[in-house]
Amino acid sequence: MNAAARATGQLGGSSIGSTVARFLRRNAWVLALWALLGALVVFTITIQPRWGAPQLTILAIAALPYAFAAAAQTTAVLVGGIDLSVAAMMTFTSVCAAVLMEGQSEEFGIVAVALVLLLGLGLGMVNGLSIVLTRVPDIVVTLAFFFIWEGAALMVLDAPGGSSARWLRDLIIGPVGGFVVPAEIGDWLPKSLLLLVFSLGIVWIPLKRSRLGLSIYAVGSDQLAAFRSGIAVDRTRVAAYALTGLFSAMGGLILTMNTGLGTPIQGPYLLASVAAVVLGGVSLAGGKGGLVGPIVAVFILRLVRQDLTLMSIDPNVAQVTEGAIMVAVVLVGALVALRSRRS
Amino acid sequence: MSGISKPMDEQVQRRRFDLRALFRDRPIIPLIILLLVLVAVVEILQPGIVSPRWAGNIVRFAVPLAILAAAQTLTMLTGGIDLSVGIVATMTAFVMATQVAYMDPVLAIPLALAVAAVFGLANGIGVGIFRVHPLIMTLAVGLVVEGLLLVYQRQVLGGSVNLPEVITWLGAGRSFGNIPNSLLVFIPLAIFMWFLTKRTGFGRLLYALGDNEGATRLSGVRYWQVMIALYVLSALLAGVGGLVYIGLIKANSLSLAVPLLLPSVAAAVIGGTSIFGGRGGYGGTIIGALVLQVIATLLLVLQVPEGTRRIVFGLIILGVTAAYTRITEER
Repeated sequence: MNAAARATGQLGGSSIGSTVARFLRRNAWVLALWALLGALVVFTITIQPRWGAPQLTILAIAALPYAFAAAAQTTAVLVGGIDLSVAAMMTFTSVCAAVLMEGQSEEFGIVAVALVLLLGLGLGMVNGLSIVLTRVPDIVVTLAFFFIWEGAALMVLDAPGGSSARWLRDLIIGPVGGFVVPAEIGDWLPKSLLLLVFSLGIVWIPLKRSRLGLSIYAVGSDQLAAFRSGIAVDRTRVAAYALTGLFSAMGGLILTMNTGLGTPIQGPYLLASVAAVVLGGVSLAGGKGGLVGPIVAVFILRLVRQDLTLMSIDPNVAQVTEGAIMVAVVLVGALVALRSRRS
Repeated sequence: MSGISKPMDEQVQRRRFDLRALFRDRPIIPLIILLLVLVAVVEILQPGIVSPRWAGNIVRFAVPLAILAAAQTLTMLTGGIDLSVGIVATMTAFVMATQVAYMDPVLAIPLALAVAAVFGLANGIGVGIFRVHPLIMTLAVGLVVEGLLLVYQRQVLGGSVNLPEVITWLGAGRSFGNIPNSLLVFIPLAIFMWFLTKRTGFGRLLYALGDNEGATRLSGVRYWQVMIALYVLSALLAGVGGLVYIGLIKANSLSLAVPLLLPSVAAAVIGGTSIFGGRGGYGGTIIGALVLQVIATLLLVLQVPEGTRRIVFGLIILGVTAAYTRITEER
């Protein structure tokens, strides 16, 4: 590790230009996504000059569950798998949170959050263990768990119900405002965005720097090579799926916080999570990509939705547009990949 | 899949050999046994329920599922998957049901199937020419179809829809006592599937591409042509499934066949078709669809709540595929 770091440091030190060039090359896809998001914001302001802080806050709240679903899917895809049970786990954890908090004190909310996050880890671990132990393909196992977690959610709550602690709901509504930072900045900083960055960062940043993070990428890019370099492949896969469960539980909590209810019906988050992962430049073959790309992709897709509403386009046409954009991006992405493979 | 093979105890291997060979070469036999066991369980739990009428019902509901699973089987043979079958089936049924108000069913049915073929073509172009992962391509096209369907619905103003008699007769009707009329569509379709996969060059190409894509391409196969033909065929099969299903359900809704999507994958997987391609066949898929349908009625008979029912459904998919993988694993 150290030697490698030093080597790259020396290479990079040879010329600043080459460092920049390498950074651009490595992050080309994510940078393009940021540029696309920027262009979309400019476009939004041109069609609706009054677009401002309140709209940004609405956008961030709408994007929140999608972002967590995307983070969950990213982890599973990076290790070389896929998790079709992401939305089902979100639903299950969401109803559990709502039932736990019903009729309880505000303080109990903290306990409930901790329990639900643990539950998420557990669900993900069950997914991962089943995949490793049965040796059935990931997609089939998580398809089975799609039904199992959905059924479990229905057993906990057969109709929307439960409740959420007040402070949890306040955690995502509105901007940060004049708290700590000056109001001019705070108004432009939705609480939900802060929550998203915080909860993903607290897991992802230490993970990326840890042995486990490296193992996840290694297993994702080549299981056999990873095994031969001494990585506990099965343990890494289980851990990655456990993280998928954890992110799904965060998404589930957001659903409960957002509505103040638990709803035992799956939202559109599974398909959206796969879409965000692909758009976000994570290779479905595993081992390539990061977390930033899918999250930016989520914001792009949500902002497109908001723009279409602003342009007072029929929401049904909006869905066609969204799908068409996805098809176009995927086709362009595939074409770029084809080119680079040939050259 | 995992590259870490553990040397298996030789004795165990010898003892299991016969069973393994049976499973690997004739996966349909143990599946039929499973099906019979499930039917026996239903009969034991509720004596007298198993009758020709009951069997007819199972078949009536299994037919649309098996048709959608046919699309899934073909795409899975090449290592792909078609996640747009649910919505394409729904769309075909919806277009047909709304267009019969303006034209003869003889025209409306081919028109609806032609629309399905267009979306299959889109899938095929994406997978074959642009080399997009089938999972993503069919998912994305599915989203577009869903959106278009919503737009279309506002143009035609659903209202009361009269389904043509042919469709309801085929989907829900029975002849000679308890024989479902949908078999009139299904039996030729199954023969076609058998002929296609086992007796034509196209079918051989599907297996070959799923087994070793690189080698097949190097031996001169035009990958994109096969893919386009495959996904168009897949969409057409989905369309036929949708038409049969609307005749059975007799309600025109925008989510008609969508719940059949994941069961269609499950039916093919339980039937022994590998999701990685190269292995499997339609015979197993048919039994897989019947197994799923019998399980559904079994859970109804047991009067288990909806939640438990889904859990059991999931566990059975997991259990059957796990057993299958364990026994047929060649390592």
